Amino acid sequence: MPPTVPQSSAVQVRGVTRDFGSGDAVTRALRGVNLDIPHGELLMLVGPSGCGKTTLVSIIAGTLQPTGGEVQVLGHDLGAMSPAARVRFRRSNVGFIFQSYNLLPALTAVENAAVPLIIAGWSRARALPKAAALLDRLGLGGRLTNLPSELSGGQQQRVAIARALVHQPRLLICDEPTSALDAENGRITMELIAGLAVRPDRVVIVVTHDQRVYPYADRIATMEDGQIVSIEARRRGAIGAPPHHT
Amino acid sequence: MLWIAWKMLIGNRAKYLGIVFGVAFAALLIAQQSSIFCGLMALTVSQILDVEGAGVWVMDPKVKYVDDVKPMADTHLYRVRGVPGVDWAVRLYKGIARARLEGGSYEQVILLGLDDATFIGAPLNMIEGSIDDLRAPDAVIMDIVGYRKLWPDEPFQRGRIIEMNDRRAVIVGLAKARKTFQSFAVVYTRYSQAIRFAPPERKVLSFVLAEPAPGVAAAELAGRISAQTGLQALSRDDFLAKTIRYYLRNTGIPINFGITVGLGFLVGTAIAGQTFYLFIVENLRQFGALKAMGTGNGTILLMVLAQALHVGLVGLGVGVGLAALFGWSTRSFSKLSFYMPWQVLVITGVAVFLIVLLASLLSIRRVFIVDPAIVFRG
Ligand SMILES: Nc1ncnc2c1ncn2[C@@H]1O[C@H](COP(=O)(O)OP(=O)(O)OP(=O)(O)O)[C@@H](O)[C@H]1O
Ligand SMILES: [Mg+2]
Repeated sequence: MPPTVPQSSAVQVRGVTRDFGSGDAVTRALRGVNLDIPHGELLMLVGPSGCGKTTLVSIIAGTLQPTGGEVQVLGHDLGAMSPAARVRFRRSNVGFIFQSYNLLPALTAVENAAVPLIIAGWSRARALPKAAALLDRLGLGGRLTNLPSELSGGQQQRVAIARALVHQPRLLICDEPTSALDAENGRITMELIAGLAVRPDRVVIVVTHDQRVYPYADRIATMEDGQIVSIEARRRGAIGAPPHHT
Repeated sequence: MLWIAWKMLIGNRAKYLGIVFGVAFAALLIAQQSSIFCGLMALTVSQILDVEGAGVWVMDPKVKYVDDVKPMADTHLYRVRGVPGVDWAVRLYKGIARARLEGGSYEQVILLGLDDATFIGAPLNMIEGSIDDLRAPDAVIMDIVGYRKLWPDEPFQRGRIIEMNDRRAVIVGLAKARKTFQSFAVVYTRYSQAIRFAPPERKVLSFVLAEPAPGVAAAELAGRISAQTGLQALSRDDFLAKTIRYYLRNTGIPINFGITVGLGFLVGTAIAGQTFYLFIVENLRQFGALKAMGTGNGTILLMVLAQALHVGLVGLGVGVGLAALFGWSTRSFSKLSFYMPWQVLVITGVAVFLIVLLASLLSIRRVFIVDPAIVFRG
């Protein structure tokens, strides 16, 4: 099939549906979603609880299969891939930041941040210094050997940011990265994501409920009941600096 | 990745110790019961083991085990000596005698009559006196455990008299002997003396002990002796095996111990399997995160197996160590026999390996089907 979207689209979602359950108990989480995201963009996905935001980003990240429709990410047709190929795709192309951090509790900060490199087959001797350097840039240089339980929520989320970026993925998926944090830590976290993560060859998708972080978006897609109902373009401020509210 | 698996495992101290405890408990039970079983089996052959130096045992064809003595005519000794490849051959008397103690009470003893010239089969470990003291008239040597049983709390009295078959026997020494299955006292004397202590019978020769000439294998010589004399000749190892096989087939010992070992296996699998399963289930989210980040199911399987193997090895070490400690600390109680040959370690190792394999197979399914999208849920 010839491409029907511009080459610059890193993510192309076409008519994607997703059902959970079956028969009378079926939940239509996605009801035909179309979305194009160009390289270098920070897209925010907003909408009421249960409207399908997490389902949509899980599908784009390749951790969940759509019931129908097509998904092209970074030139890969996710639907056509074998499960093993999808695992490899995630390994080299996707970084994740979650609301609940999902750090491994038995690993120190620097070890957690190095996990994607370890998964990719790096030796610890190579992976740990790289993770340490990134944590240093995130202001955690003094906390490298602390366990997650010894870190504040904001610090844990910064470890998670390092883990999401350490292998330089071209797709970064953030699901409510700030909603477990207070206002100040939420602002710092979003600033770090916007400042460190956004690059011309990377797509960043941030699912959020938090209106205070909207100014960091290039575009904001609003979902309702399994569909994208509007996409609003924004002009993001200088990278790393908090933009002004207008 | 194995390093991550290891960190995950020992990261939760309490859970880790719980799983190791479960495996160790199973290993302890299996190793300890198997060792007591082996100890019992060793008891049945202790009198073969106690005779050093002779490679081949020759006996009546109907003998089924070492205590099943069927007397032969004395002339068989010369027929055995006539077989080519026999370096030397001597007589051994083995029987049960009734010993009358000073007080008038009777005790059964195992009477061993050693070749008058060579004392082949004599105890190697003398505690009182020397083996040469047997040359004195009516002299006998008793095993020390038996002596203590007949005369508890009494020091050794050289020259103490017992009577067997209305004949005086003078105890001239004490020796160390392996515990026997019947746990009777063992009395050593010269062959010529023994047949007078024994109840009168037409035939008295219990065994002929033969040693192959240099370059001849014991089993080969045994075959030759059997063929040429019509007697039953067995290498020492084969006689050990035949005796143990007899007890295995004809007593409830293997079943009883088999049941205990099986219970240990089941209990161990239940405890270790359950704690390991819980450990895996509690970590499903972590495994989910690893899967989301691109860890394949093959690697996940390796991680779980490595975790299982780790607790298996540590649990095995602890359990077998405790079993050995148990055996060592009870070594002085004469009632219990504890023997841990390497085979026990192998059996316990295989059992523990099966336990942790079962445990990991039970839990691995949960990890395989865990949706990596689990990590998105709050
Ligand atoms: N694994 C699942 N099994 C069954 N139903 C599911 C599953 N995951 C999501 N759903 C349902 O699909 C719908 C969309 O869920 P989703 O998690 O995508 O919403 P969301 O927009 O992320 O909500 P929130 O803002 O609360 O995180 C909901 O009705 C939800 O109950
Ligand atoms: Mg959600």
